Amino acid sequence: MNAPIHKEHAELATEFVHNRERAKWHDSSLWFVRQKRDRQTHSIPEWEQLRELAATIKRHTLAKLPQYLEEFERNATRMGAVVHWARDAEEHNRIVLQILQEHGAKKIVKSKSMLTEECHLNPYLERNGIQVVDTDLGEWIVQLRNEPPSHIVMPAIHIKKQEISELFHDKLGTEDGNNDPTYLAGEARTHLRQKFVNADAGITGVNFAIAETGGFVVCTNEGNADLGVSIPDLHIACMGIEKLIPRARDLSVFTRLLGRSATGQPITAYTSHFHGPRPGCKLHIVLVDNGRSKIRASEDFHRSLNCIRCGACMNTCPVYRRSGGHSYSTTVPGPIGSILAPNRDAKSHGDLPFACTLCGSCTDVCPVKIDIHHQLLTWRKELAIQKVVPWTKRVSMSMAAAVLKRPWLYALGGKVARVGLRWMPRWMIYNGLNKWGKQRDLPPPPAKSFREQFRSRSKS
Amino acid sequence: MATAKDEILGALRKQVPIETPALPEVLEGDWIRYADPITQFSNLIAAVGGSCFVVAGIPDVVAQLESYSEYKKAKRVYSQVPGIETHFDLNSVASPKDLEDLDFVIYPGEFAVAENGAIWVTDKDLKHRVIFFITQHLVLVVPKSKLIHNMHEGYKRLSFEEPRFGLFVSGPSKTADIEQSLVIGAHGCRSMQVFLIDG
Amino acid sequence: MRFSHRFPRLNTTSVHSMRVGLFIPCYIDQFYPDVGLATVDILEKQGITVDFPAEQTCCGQPMSNTGCTDAARPLAKRFVEIFADYDYVVSPSGSCTAMVRHHYHDLLPHDAAYEKVQKNSFELCEFLHDVLGLRQWDGDFPYRVGIHQSCHGLRELRLEGSSEEMLTRPGKVRGFLQSLRGIQLSELSRPDECCGFGGTFAVAQEAVSVMMGEDRLADHKQAGTDVLTATDMSCLMHLEGLVRRQKMPVAIMHVAEILAGRKPTRPHSPAPLKSN
Repeated sequence: MNAPIHKEHAELATEFVHNRERAKWHDSSLWFVRQKRDRQTHSIPEWEQLRELAATIKRHTLAKLPQYLEEFERNATRMGAVVHWARDAEEHNRIVLQILQEHGAKKIVKSKSMLTEECHLNPYLERNGIQVVDTDLGEWIVQLRNEPPSHIVMPAIHIKKQEISELFHDKLGTEDGNNDPTYLAGEARTHLRQKFVNADAGITGVNFAIAETGGFVVCTNEGNADLGVSIPDLHIACMGIEKLIPRARDLSVFTRLLGRSATGQPITAYTSHFHGPRPGCKLHIVLVDNGRSKIRASEDFHRSLNCIRCGACMNTCPVYRRSGGHSYSTTVPGPIGSILAPNRDAKSHGDLPFACTLCGSCTDVCPVKIDIHHQLLTWRKELAIQKVVPWTKRVSMSMAAAVLKRPWLYALGGKVARVGLRWMPRWMIYNGLNKWGKQRDLPPPPAKSFREQFRSRSKS
Repeated sequence: MATAKDEILGALRKQVPIETPALPEVLEGDWIRYADPITQFSNLIAAVGGSCFVVAGIPDVVAQLESYSEYKKAKRVYSQVPGIETHFDLNSVASPKDLEDLDFVIYPGEFAVAENGAIWVTDKDLKHRVIFFITQHLVLVVPKSKLIHNMHEGYKRLSFEEPRFGLFVSGPSKTADIEQSLVIGAHGCRSMQVFLIDG
Repeated sequence: MRFSHRFPRLNTTSVHSMRVGLFIPCYIDQFYPDVGLATVDILEKQGITVDFPAEQTCCGQPMSNTGCTDAARPLAKRFVEIFADYDYVVSPSGSCTAMVRHHYHDLLPHDAAYEKVQKNSFELCEFLHDVLGLRQWDGDFPYRVGIHQSCHGLRELRLEGSSEEMLTRPGKVRGFLQSLRGIQLSELSRPDECCGFGGTFAVAQEAVSVMMGEDRLADHKQAGTDVLTATDMSCLMHLEGLVRRQKMPVAIMHVAEILAGRKPTRPHSPAPLKSN
């Protein structure tokens, strides 16, 4: 598949920031979630210990992944599920379609699954005559708008309630101008109830799959995943192969971290443990690689597979908050997405590791202690090696280094610049070529550099 | 031709080994405990949009329920708690779709967790687990002795040896997908009451 | 205490015989020479003879952070050669110190000279705190000061606990500032959000960078900051650029300038707080 041609992050971010009021609103909405997260984590004295445990469990699991995948398959099968393996998105979609066709299922309710987003399952099924409804409210909103989610936990975080009201008025005939979130969510509930009751199959993602028991856990607040798989006879659970944990007891660590990190809740409203199908029903589990084994093979980036998709790195990222999820042009946006996406396609997503100030907040907030900002730095080096870093950057950095290797040239250059800045007219300094100076002044250059002053000081 | 499973596992096995730390102990530890777990639990249930009542026994639960207008108006109530009247036998319901108009479900919780206000319920002896999600109002009854401090104690009690569904439920269903405004009652229950009873 | 005493407090003789090499980042050398001089004053006040090896230029961070490892390596090599013989390398920059401590590994693998320099390189306040064992600083500064937590000082050097972590760490910069007579520290709503400088990010992502800087300044404004300070002149140069362009009534000072007893004048001279 050809990489989609899209604008670079910097350009999309500039457009986003251009509407300053909206960018501020977006930033505050997400900062509010970060603050909720802080309040929750501050209530747990052993928080840092939990992070360490989670990181250790995930590292262990990733190292022994093939063994745990087989153990999971064996136990899931023993529980009555049918396990499928998919090398890539296309194979995953084909498997899901085939299961649906075998059951004659035409109407599907789906709960949030970043994996199915990644695989672009919805358009695939629709092309094959299957109707799919995303039942998570945020996902349903973006589905109705025909756009991708902008956040992995809060898919519609970029949309204002007035816009949702207009959308619902247009698509569902709700009251014109009623922007009350309770009203709008109530209308969605009523509308989607019919979809749930009449569905032929439910598709869910998986938050954690347990090797030793063959079960899996799905976490939601809305109850949509549970409702979607408790009425129809067919449940399909789609998961990336990195979702494994070895033991059920490991959930005692992860369920404490996930909700608190994601939305600042002590736990999600529903944390459902599925072991086998409902009596008389069918449960299919699709294990998907789609590039994960490639990431695991990378010494530099395999730790990014420990991600539990809480979205905390997005909520804390000062760049994400001010540029919006769509500026990343990838299914998983933000800091973690900026590590994952270049693995898929370095040419198309090579701008993402630079959409970052290396502030490190993502690393400190991550519940499984992924060194996110250091991996982004490593990506920059990797991209330079692959020559994906723009030549302007590479040449200017080589030139700078050439000067900085020669102290006399550096001192001379500094002097020329300082003298120049003092005598040049303002228009020569602040023009279209100087992006620094577009909205910022340069400091007034001093007559003498530190080295000149230190020298004369030592002499006196 | 190699199957997808063979190819994926083969690729993973071929890879340079990653350093493998031992699996850590997670059940035993110096985990959070509360001087007054009942108050902690009640406060959390309130914080997640539910209500918690600490009462002596089932008659108190019934009395409290009967003080709700929704409960009195309720056309369809399903109870699996002995001593609280159920309107119908769930085993006589053929399809989960037939439970669309369920108003109240009253159900025993196996244990409750003080640190996060979660209650463990399972579909043991339950024909349609959809009742937890399709009902408008969910009432859970848990003995006080089954209130534990943290999730580590919780998972110590759980085993998953047979096909069964179990879940931690914490508060009514909710969404904040519209401008981060909390709306109680997304797709699941619109209210949740928890009764901690003697025993 | 887990973090406070990495090094034992040194006696006066060892302070006098200590060979301290000063690393002054290129932008401080060229644009903020007084930050360098203030650093010298602070160290000399402690009885230290400071040496400034004139061959130094840049630690290589701009190259490294843009992924240009080949351009960064010779600068890292130079840095290590220049400073290898010193007992300590002190710099008024958390960012450059973090570069040397945490990011030279890839550039100079298995290099014994680097390992020595790595161990001995300190940001100024960190040096006063960890090596000299100081906890207070004698001086007056009757102004309302807002600390900007430069990210690399905060999250790479751990000069203080970050707001994300649930750990208590000593505030190595805050502690010295707090001990100044007459000072008031302002309370920010976001205590350690990034200013948006980020090296080439400031230019490559100009719009986001400026918005981040303006948001930090607005936070300091609501907190009543008269003097904005940090351990890194790079963050401050970005913020000062906005302050100058928008003519905001805030002074910008490096922590070294405050500790060295300089008065706030750049670009604005706030009135001192009235003593009670």
